[in-house]
Amino acid sequence: MSPSDFLIIPFDDWVNTIVRDWLVPNFRPLFRALQVPITLVLNGLDDFLAFVPMVLVTLVLALLAWKYAGRGMALFTLIGLCFIDMIGLWPETMTTLSMILTSVLFCAAIGIPVGILAARSDLLWKIVRPILDIMQTIPSFVYLVPIVMLFGVGMAPGIIATIIFALPPIIRLTNLGIRNVREDLIEAAESFGSTAWQMLVEVQFPLALRTIMAGLNQTLMLALSMVVIAALIGAGGLGLVVNTGLGRLDVGGATAGGVGIVILAIILDRITQGLGEKKNIHTISLRETLISLFRPRGTIAPTEPGKAG
Amino acid sequence: MPAKLTVKDVYKIFGDATQKALDLLAQGESKEAIFEATGQTIGVQDANFSVEEGQIFVVMGLSGSGKSTLVRMLNGLIRPSSGQILIDSDDVASCSRDKLRQIRRNKIAMVFQHFALFPHRTILDNAAYGLKIKGVSPAKRRARALAALEQVGLAAWADSYPADLSGGMQQRVGLARGLATEPQILLMDEPFGALDPLIRKGMQEELLVLQKTLKKTIIFITHDLNEALMLGDRIAIMKDGRFVQVGTAQDIVSNPADDYVAAFVADIDRGRVFTAESVASEPAVMPLDQCTAGDAVKTMEDQNLNAVYVLDGEEIAGVVTYQQAAAADRDSGPSDVPIADVLITDFPTADPETHLADLYGPASSGLPIALTDAENRLVGVVEPEKVFAQLSSDNPADETDGAPAEAADAPQAVPERQPAL
Repeated sequence: MSPSDFLIIPFDDWVNTIVRDWLVPNFRPLFRALQVPITLVLNGLDDFLAFVPMVLVTLVLALLAWKYAGRGMALFTLIGLCFIDMIGLWPETMTTLSMILTSVLFCAAIGIPVGILAARSDLLWKIVRPILDIMQTIPSFVYLVPIVMLFGVGMAPGIIATIIFALPPIIRLTNLGIRNVREDLIEAAESFGSTAWQMLVEVQFPLALRTIMAGLNQTLMLALSMVVIAALIGAGGLGLVVNTGLGRLDVGGATAGGVGIVILAIILDRITQGLGEKKNIHTISLRETLISLFRPRGTIAPTEPGKAG
Repeated sequence: MPAKLTVKDVYKIFGDATQKALDLLAQGESKEAIFEATGQTIGVQDANFSVEEGQIFVVMGLSGSGKSTLVRMLNGLIRPSSGQILIDSDDVASCSRDKLRQIRRNKIAMVFQHFALFPHRTILDNAAYGLKIKGVSPAKRRARALAALEQVGLAAWADSYPADLSGGMQQRVGLARGLATEPQILLMDEPFGALDPLIRKGMQEELLVLQKTLKKTIIFITHDLNEALMLGDRIAIMKDGRFVQVGTAQDIVSNPADDYVAAFVADIDRGRVFTAESVASEPAVMPLDQCTAGDAVKTMEDQNLNAVYVLDGEEIAGVVTYQQAAAADRDSGPSDVPIADVLITDFPTADPETHLADLYGPASSGLPIALTDAENRLVGVVEPEKVFAQLSSDNPADETDGAPAEAADAPQAVPERQPAL
C-alpha cells in the first residue's frame, strides 16, 4: 500500500509538455537572441587570444601572477604555460580561457548587481536564495537537455550552462559582503547625509570588496569545473580533449587535457585570490626580484609601502 | 540666547503597535507593564528640553536608559514615534528625506562611541568624508580636512590608515571628521567610552579647550557621571527612557531629584563640581584712607567675622584680621592706629569659577579668599571653613541655601524637573 496506488503523477510528461510544446516553439527566438551578447564577447576574446602570440600571453599572465601572488607563482605560471604549449594543447587552452573569462564576466555582470539588490531588500533575498540553492544542487546534466533544445549546441550554450552553475557564489558573497559592513560605519555614513548611491560607492562596496572578490574566485573555480561538462554540448577547448580521450579510452589524451585544466585553474585561482588581498601583499620591485633570482635563497628584503608617520 | 535645538514631547516606541503603547503610556503604565501587555519596548518617553547655542548638554544614563536612542533621533537616524525635534525651525522628526539629508550635511555631525572610521580610507579622507558627500571640490576638501586634523593635532597622520592609530587618536579623527563640515551642532555618542581612563581624561580636557574657540552646540552622551559633571553646562539624567532631572552640575549634586540621582551623586568628588562662587559670601569691606584699626575691630565684631578686606578705591589693598587689629588697637591706647599699619597685603585670591578642589592651597592660609573678577575687583569672599563644609556636607541643600552667591549661578541654572510619573 502506497500513495502511488491512488494517484500517479506524470511529472516527466508535464515537464516534457512545458519545455517541448510551450517553451521551445514560443520562445526559441528569444533564447537565441539572449546568446548573442555571449557569442559576441566570446568570439572577440577567442580571436584575440588566438591572435596574440603564446609568448606574450604567457608573459602577461606571469606578470599578473608576480604582481598579485608573488614570485613563486610567477615562476609556476611561466613553467606551466610552457609545458602546456609543449604538450601541444596551447590553442585548446586559449579557447578554454576565453570561455572561462566570458562566463566569469557575465557572472560578475549579473551576480554583483543582484547581490547588491538582495542585500538591500530582505524580500528579494528570500526570493533569490532558494533559486540559488536549486542552481547549486541540481545536477548540471539535468539542464543540459533543455539548454540544447532552446539554444542549440555549441560554445554559447556551453557558456550558458557554465553561467547557471557558476553564478550562485558571487551573488551569495556579494550579498554577504554588503550585509556584513559594520552597522556603525553605515550609521556614520548616513549621519553625514550620504545618499543611498554614495553609501554604496563610498562605503559598502569598498568594504565588501574582499568578500566579493572571494565570490569571484569561487565563481571562476566553478566555471573551470564545468569545462568538461560544457564540452558535452559542443563547447570546445580542453574539455573536448578530455571527452575525446574518454570516448576513445585514450588515457594519455584525457590526462593531458586534465593537466592543462589544473594548471590553468591554479594560475587563475592564485591571481584572483591575490586580487582580493592585494593590500596585504608586499610589492617587490622587478629589480629586487631579478637580483634575488641570482642570489642564494631567502635573502630578499621586501620594501614596505611608505607610510607617513 | 536662542535655543538651537528644541525637543518637544518626544516618544520612541520600538515595535509595530506604537499607538497602543502610547495610549497605555498616557494612562500612566510603566515600561515593564507595557512590554508585557503589548510587546512594545519604550525607548524614550516624554523627552522635553532645549539646548542653547554654544552650550554643552550632557545626557547621562546607564545602558538601556534610552540615551543612545535619544541622540539618534536628533539627526534622524531613528525617527521618533511622536513629538517634535526642532533644529532652528526645521522639524527633524517629520521633515522629508531630502530635507533631512540637507540638515545632516550642513548643520549636524556625529561622533561615535567606537569611532566608526572608514578602514579603507586614509585619515585625511576620513576627515574629508562629510565634505565629499556634500560635493566640495577635492582641493577645498583637502584644505578643510587638514585644518580639522590640525585642530585635533593629527595633521601629521593625514596619510595613515585608521588601523595605524591608537584608540585615542582614532577618536580625534572622529572628532575632526565631525568638525570638518563645520556643523553648528555636534552629537557625541559616548565618544570617550571606549578609551582608557587616562586618555579619556585628556580628551575631556581637550574638548573643553576646543569648545572655548569652537562654541558648537554639543549634545554629549555618557554613562559616566563624573564626565557629565565635568563637561556639561547642563546635564540631563535619564532612566527608563525618561529624564529624571535636568540641571547644572551643581543643581544635580546639591539637589538630587530622587533617590536614583542621589545614589549616583553620592560618590562624586564635590570639590570638582562646586566652584568658589557657590560658597562665597558678600564681602565686608572697609575703605583704606578713612578707617582705623578700631573701626575694623568694631565692624568685625558687629558682623561676627575673623577678617575684613580693605579697599583702596576699587582696588583691594589687603586684609585685616581681627586678632591683629584688636591687638594693635589695644596696644596703642587712646590714639588711633591707621588701618594701613595692620594690613596684610599677601592675601589669597581666586577666580569665582575655580573649583573647590583647587582652593585647598589658598584656604590653608586661614585668611578668607578674595574672589576677583576680570578687572581685579573684589566680587566675593570665601571663608576657608566654608570650603570644607561644602565638601563634607551630607545634606548640601541646607548648606548652600543661605549662600548669597547662589544667585550668581548662570541664568540657565533654574532647575527643570520632570514630575515623576
